[in-house]
This record gives sequence, structure tokens and C-alpha cells, in this order.
Amino acid sequence: MRYQLIGVNHKSAPLEVRERLAIPDSRLPDCCRDLSAHPGIEEGMIISTCNRVEMITHTTNGSADLRGFLHDHFHLTAEELDAHLYEFREKDVVRHVFRVASSLDSMVVGEAQILGQVKEAYATARAVGAVRSQLDQLFTRAFAVAKRVRTETAVGSSSVSIASVAVELAKKIFGSLQGKTVFIVGAGKMSELAARHLIAHGCESIFVSNRTYDRAVGLAHRFNGQAIRFDDLYDNCDKADIVITSTGSPQAIFRREHGEQFLSRRKNKPMFFIDIAVPRDVSPEMAKLDGIFAYDIDDLQQAVSSHVADRHHEAELAEAIISSEVERFEAKLHTLDVVPTIVSLQDHLETIRQAEIDRVRSRMGPLTLEQEMAVEALTRGIINKVMHTPITTLKTAAREAEATTVIDVVRRLFNLHDKEKGPASQAERESPAKKKIETRH
Amino acid sequence: MALLWLRFALACYLVGLIYAFFALTRTSDLFSRVALHAASLGMVFHFVSLVELFLSDHLLWTSVHNAESLLAFLSMAFFMIVYAVYHTTSPGVVVFPVVFFLTFVAALDEQPVLQMSFIQHKGWLIAHIILIFTGYAALVLSFGASLLYLLQEHRLKSKKPSSLISFLPALEVIDQIGYRSLLLGFPFMTLGLITGSIVAMSAYGHIDFSDPKILLSLLMWVVYMIMVVTRWNSGWRGRRAAVLATCAFVAAIVAWAANYFSTIHRFAA
Repeated sequence: MRYQLIGVNHKSAPLEVRERLAIPDSRLPDCCRDLSAHPGIEEGMIISTCNRVEMITHTTNGSADLRGFLHDHFHLTAEELDAHLYEFREKDVVRHVFRVASSLDSMVVGEAQILGQVKEAYATARAVGAVRSQLDQLFTRAFAVAKRVRTETAVGSSSVSIASVAVELAKKIFGSLQGKTVFIVGAGKMSELAARHLIAHGCESIFVSNRTYDRAVGLAHRFNGQAIRFDDLYDNCDKADIVITSTGSPQAIFRREHGEQFLSRRKNKPMFFIDIAVPRDVSPEMAKLDGIFAYDIDDLQQAVSSHVADRHHEAELAEAIISSEVERFEAKLHTLDVVPTIVSLQDHLETIRQAEIDRVRSRMGPLTLEQEMAVEALTRGIINKVMHTPITTLKTAAREAEATTVIDVVRRLFNLHDKEKGPASQAERESPAKKKIETRH
Repeated sequence: MALLWLRFALACYLVGLIYAFFALTRTSDLFSRVALHAASLGMVFHFVSLVELFLSDHLLWTSVHNAESLLAFLSMAFFMIVYAVYHTTSPGVVVFPVVFFLTFVAALDEQPVLQMSFIQHKGWLIAHIILIFTGYAALVLSFGASLLYLLQEHRLKSKKPSSLISFLPALEVIDQIGYRSLLLGFPFMTLGLITGSIVAMSAYGHIDFSDPKILLSLLMWVVYMIMVVTRWNSGWRGRRAAVLATCAFVAAIVAWAANYFSTIHRFAA
């Protein structure tokens, strides 16, 4: 596992730095190609979004000069950049990639966009050949982990903006918003936004009332709604199921007596007041009435942050999933690490066996078929018995931390180093012995 | 045999009961599906048990335990209708315990066959039982819905949208469930009382209004009517509606208990 990662994100670097590192989509394929061609790098991939720029690589020896690549490529000096960079190796890379794909490292934890962005980055790098087997394994697993996190925790389920919290509350009161009526009192930007959200979820009729009638007409026109004169507000308000109010009035404009009027005219059907005015437009006395549900800006803010708190709790669950997945991935990689050694060990002994049989043949002359079979069985039997313990030890070691030491010892004992590096190594990887090992796993 | 089927049904309803307690603390889609399937299976057993009872002797339903079994079945049927229309299992929080309790009592032991003087009015008697119990079942559901309404209203008013009871459907949906079962139950209850009076008239020649059973049944009907009228006229819901629904429910239980004091309306003991 020789993964290496370098990058900046919204926590480590200010926007000015991230802007300078950001890579437009059009240049991403070239950049990936440059990265994977950089000395010491076998495979490379780049994730560039507004919140992060990261280079994920698989290196030849585990310590490629990624900082150097960044300095050269972006023409930035070490002073400008280095303080904002984070760098991970091996297991930490796996963890980081899993966390990024699962949206645990995002500014808004649990937002769904990042997974799509990572998938795009992966596809881009793969298309130019910068991602091959090693990064491929890592990201395929990362996507599976992200999916697991999404289905097993509620990290992505709650909404976080005030307007969407308002919609969620409205749905808790009315169920479907289909055909519901919205009354906008006081034409402001935020109430317009909330109204847009409500309309997007099915609300149909819109009324707008404003002290300046012309503004009400303008806004009503935009929503295809109806403008109401401010003086007629109380006579018409009961028509609405949802009232978004944001006037600059110093006193509450909706008081208890108004609420009672509305409710009696509506046969006590509930009304939802979204009060985003400061000071408040809905008096606390009116909010106490049965059937009136009034949320002021603080209540909405609180709902937003309670969602964020929920997400933190879910994020802890997600972190636990990630940790176990990192362990699993590592174990799998280690097992893969010992496979080439086992293969070369088998090939090495097989070569010795063949050479010895040939030598016996040249000394004793041609053997009968029976003799051939006996020699074959005898030599194979010896080799298999001798091989049994080293192979078992290698496989056991693969699951432990000492894996590399054991692999090293076996390679040295049997002098397997040179063979791996030689031109025959590619052929060795494809040898039938390897397939045999793999099927055993 | 009928008792055996009923006990099978009881075992299935137990899953529903566990769900009801479980649902108060956390939400699980899987568990609500399991509870739903268990309840459906329970209903099948229950239905078999009732049919067998009916075939063996039409008047067996007039024993207290079998009547409770019928009521439990009808309540469950209402719950299933609500599920089919609104796709919510949350009324189960109230309905499941009630159904389990009724079935449990009914499954305790066999009841002796009833010897009554009403044999000649068998058709009316069966109609009376089914109508009244459908009314009762609707009442159970509407009572459950009004409790859930209070819970959801409180949650929305307290402005602390905790995830604890987020399984509840929207306020208006709960309201509709309660209102519709109220409207549906009322004619059944009314017709049930009328058929009951017909049976009593023809059996005794008069109706004794001083009999506790008849008095309480009338009281229950009056509360029921007040609920329907206030709802119809001024859309009473929330706390006031819940108070009325509780009154009607209590009246129904008392009217039920009155079977033990009534001289003319007695079940086989």
C-alpha cells in the first residue's frame, strides 16, 4: 500500500489559496496525465471542487515529491502554499478518501454533491489512463463505503437551510403541500425564497401584501399570484394555510384576536406562520392558540442547528463504519501483497524441480512411462510438502503488521528479488501458479 | 379449534404490541413492516377463528370473550383500512395494545354456549352485534388518532423537533384519520343501538331506560354525536376534540362494563 495524498480543503486553506489551486474541468485530464507522469508516481487522480483540491496517488516507493509537483504546476512558492497543505500516506489516505466520498469531510456534512464530484474526477482520470489497478481498487471501495454510510446512517437525510426547514415543518403540519395557499406579508428577499421553496413543493395559490402596494403587485406578478392591499390583510389572511411574514413593523401585526378570528373563519383548520421579521410580526400570545403554529427566525435557526447536531451524531456512526472499512481494505491489500511472493516462490521451486529431472534424465537415459510418473509424483510431493509451511506463514502474516518483514525474509532466503524485477516478472504475474493461488483465496 | 386459531392470532399481535412500545422510542421501517405483516397474518388466523365460531353456533358471538374477539378483529380491520389509505402504521401505537388486550382476554378460555330467549330474533341480534362493534372499533381508532394528534401538536408547538417521535404522520393526516373514522363509526353506532332496541322491544315488549346498560349506551351515543356535530360545525380538533374523544371512549368502556350490572343485556358468563 503505497498511497500518498496531498491537498487543501475548506478547513485548511482560505478561499484565495483554493482559488489558485482550482483546476477547471477542461484542464483536468491533462493535469491527471502530468501527475501520473511525475517521477515516483505510478497512478494519480485529482479532485477539484470549490471546497477542496486533492491529488491522490499511488507511488513507486511511498515517498513521491508531491509538494514539488504542486509548486511547479501552479507556480506557487513553498511559503505561499505549504502552510495550507495536508499530506497523508498509506492507511490515512484510505481513511481520508473514504471520508471525502462519504461526505464526512464536507463543509455541510452529509451533502450529497461530493460523491458525484469524486465519481466524475475518477472517471476523468481513468479515461486518460492515470487511474489503474491500485487507485481503481481504492475508489471502487470508497464508492461502496459511501453508499453504505448513506444507507446505514441518517447523515444525509436532514435538510439544513431555513427555507427547507420551513418546508419540512409545513409538511409536518399539512402532509402534502399540494394545493395549499401561501400568503406573503411584507415583500422581502428571504420571504420570496421561502415562498419559492413552498411552491416547488406543491403550494399553488399565492397572495402578497405589502405596505407599498406596488411592490406587492410586482412580487405577486412574479409568482403569478394576487396582490392584496395592506388594509385588507386581516380580511384575507384566513384564506392562507401558510403565512410568511417579514414586515418592518415595530409591533406585532398578528395578535391573539386576529388569530381567533382567522381560526373561527377557517373552522379551526391549522395555520402555519413563518415569521422571519425582527422584531417579530406574530405575538407570542397568538402563537399559543390551538391550531396556530408560529415559528420565528430563532425557532427556524434552532431547527436548522438541531439538524446539524443530528448530523454530528450520525457522523459519529459513519466514522465507525469508515474505520472498520479501512481495516477491511487494508487486510485485503495485504493479502494481495503476499500473492506475488507466493507465486514467485512456487515458480522458483518448479524451475529447480524441472532442472533436476532433466539432469537425471540426461544421466540415466530415457525413462519408461511408469518411471516418469513415479519421479514426477515424488518430486511434486517433496516440493508441495516443503512449500506448505512457508505459504501458510505468508498468508497468516498477511493479516498482521509484520507482513512486509516476512515477505522480505522469504524473498531473501530464496533469492526471489532479481526475478521479480527481471523482464520475466510480467509473465510471472500471469503464470498459472498465480491463478491457482487466487482461486484459493 | 376456534380458540387455537385465536391463540395463533394472539402470538402475531404480540409482534404488533412490541412494535407499539418500540415505536415510541425510535423509528424503524423494517420493524413497522414486520409488525404489519405479523398483524395481517394474525388477522387471517383471527378470521378463521371467527368463521369457525360462527359456523359452529351463530350465537356464540354473544359470549363476552367472543364479542371481545370480534371487536379486536374489527379494530384491526379499521387499522388496515387506514394503512391502505394513508400508508402509516402509527395508529398502531394505540390500536395494537387495545387489540392485543382484547384478544388476550378472549383467548383465555372457552365460553359456555349461551341459552337466550332471543333465539327468535337471531338475525337482528347478529346485526346489532356487528354494527355496534364496528362503531366501537371506529371509536377506538378515532381515540387513538386524537392522542397522536395531541402528541404531534405538542411536538410542533414546543418547537423542538426531536427525532424521537418523528414517525408520526403530518398533523392534518392524523386529523383526517380521526375525523373519517368518527364519521364512519357514527352511523354504525346509531344503527347498532336501533337494532338493539328492536331486539329488546320484541323480547321484553318495552325498553327500560333505568337499566344502567341502556342509560350508558345512550350517554355514549350522545357524546359521540356531540363530537361529530362540533367537528362538523366548528371544526373542533386538537385538545378539545381529544377531550371529547376520551369522554366517548370512557363512556364506551363504562357501557361495556355495564354488561355486568344490567339485568336485560347480559352476556353468557
